[in-house]
Amino acid sequence: MSEDGNNHSRRHFLIGATSVVGAVGAVGAAVPFVASWNPSAKARAAGASIKVDISNLRPGEIMGPFPEWRGQPIFIVRRTEETLKNLTKLNNTVADPQSQRESQQPSYAQNEYRSRKPEILVVVGICTHLGCSPKVRIKAEPTSFDENWLGGFFCPCHGSAFDLAGRVYSGLPAPSNMLVPPHYYESENIIVIGEEETS
Amino acid sequence: MAAANAFKNIMTWIDDRLPVTETYEKHMSKYYAPKNFNFWYYFGVLATVVLAMQLLTGLWLTMSYNPTGEGAFASIEYIMRDVEYGWLIRYLHSTGASAFFVIVYAHMFRGMMYGSYQKPRELIWLFGMAIYLLLMTEGFLGYLLPWGNLAYWAAQVIVSLASVIPVVGEDIAIWVRGDYLMSGVTLNRFFALHVFAVPLMLIGLVVLHFLALHEVGSNNPDGVDIKKYKDAEGRPLDGIPFHPYYTVHDLVAIVVFLFIFSIVVFFFPEGGGYFLEAPNFEMADPLKTPDHIVPVWYFTPFYAMLRAVTFPLFGLEAKLWGLVIMAGAIAILFVLPWLDRSPVKSIRYKGLASKIFLGLFAISFLVLGYLGTVPPTPGVTALAQACTAIYFAYFLLMPWYTRAEKTKPVPERVTG
Repeated sequence: MSEDGNNHSRRHFLIGATSVVGAVGAVGAAVPFVASWNPSAKARAAGASIKVDISNLRPGEIMGPFPEWRGQPIFIVRRTEETLKNLTKLNNTVADPQSQRESQQPSYAQNEYRSRKPEILVVVGICTHLGCSPKVRIKAEPTSFDENWLGGFFCPCHGSAFDLAGRVYSGLPAPSNMLVPPHYYESENIIVIGEEETS
Repeated sequence: MAAANAFKNIMTWIDDRLPVTETYEKHMSKYYAPKNFNFWYYFGVLATVVLAMQLLTGLWLTMSYNPTGEGAFASIEYIMRDVEYGWLIRYLHSTGASAFFVIVYAHMFRGMMYGSYQKPRELIWLFGMAIYLLLMTEGFLGYLLPWGNLAYWAAQVIVSLASVIPVVGEDIAIWVRGDYLMSGVTLNRFFALHVFAVPLMLIGLVVLHFLALHEVGSNNPDGVDIKKYKDAEGRPLDGIPFHPYYTVHDLVAIVVFLFIFSIVVFFFPEGGGYFLEAPNFEMADPLKTPDHIVPVWYFTPFYAMLRAVTFPLFGLEAKLWGLVIMAGAIAILFVLPWLDRSPVKSIRYKGLASKIFLGLFAISFLVLGYLGTVPPTPGVTALAQACTAIYFAYFLLMPWYTRAEKTKPVPERVTG
């Protein structure tokens, strides 16, 4: 009790306690509002897997930017023997030749070619810098951005270049290789993109 | 006489219940503003006029606009072609956005020149900066609504900026988009924020900006306190009532502004491709990025800074540093009142260093604005890096050069 007949410490305790409870309530009430911004069930369903038939894809050709998975363009390339040799040549030019950064591909694509089968590349066609869709420059020919271009992808937004394994050239704005989505072969020519094989 | 008496009686009845006359006098007829306002003091009132115009035209646009991925682009065409005067209302709104930023940049520069952010006006500056931040948000959100391809990809780039934040960045970007890529879901929420949440906050902050201003009184080009010398009735000798003197004075400025504004709206509504860009006349395509991504002109100074950071530092990626620099360039404006240690307010009486730095700052900001619109070449990047350094030097060195320089004596009363 203080001189004015009021118990100040009890008042402070009660104000503090009710404030804490009120703050917890406010945080709880914010949950539905924050959560409602997450992708809806519909958006998540649209992110389900897709099946792609690659029987008509010939060596040295590319499919893309169709089909889409989760609204994002997918590139599928059937690489030639020569392309695969070129990829090995580029090992010193690209930033992450052996795909050490684990977030950018499933473990089965963590190799020089970044693929399950050496000749088939499946990547999400989104630049890892700021999300533009890179242009397909599949032919090995001199270009405005690289005289010794061996084929790959070039992002017009900020000038990042990727080889035909989606590996980023070092010293460019994009920090990592293009994303290899989870995928598996249902049969020789049918690829399921967007989910892992269930055994 | 009877009518006048009746009016007086009504006002007395109201004033007993709501302080209408008192408020009117406090903010209009007995608000004493310095008599030496110059050209730069028009931009505050012009910003208010443009805000009102944006609210009005924006409200009308919502009546014909369809905020869905499928319908947005077509509904803009519908507004432009089929709705009576729809083209005019839309051009007023789109040109109004650019005009808003021209005016706000001039208004902010005025504050920097005459030290309007200095004690006791720090809160006015902070509220103003918050308004500027909200305006940029509003511009960014609204820019996506016509669902043009450039705007789509520019928004994709800006939202992706969040993804450079370590660990949680990618989840934040998905949360903001409500989808794995920019989609109709994103458009719909941007619409809700653009027409409802942000304008509401803007109006609230504008009210605070005014209330804080009217509490301490307006600064002036001399930076002297007009409340120091008052007449027998307590009115500042160098002040004049806002109404009718400045209301009439500002009306002239508003008319001149509307002349210029109308010329743009009627003859150059696309602003040479800077207000409405050619790639935005093509509908958003999630699979096709335009060859050259640029933000709308009022963001280009900051975009140039973002791109200027091309090297990693202290083990962190270049793109994260780019974001830090860009955010820092805006954040540092907030603390301006505490960086300026000069004993005088106005640039008129500050020393040479302040004048040189302010001039360099203004030039670097304009150059960055240009550099942000052109594709990045090594030369462009080098120049952008130099300008970014100058931009930050203006702020970071301010505590030293404002204290060290020799200032001129400030007059007791306003001049001219």
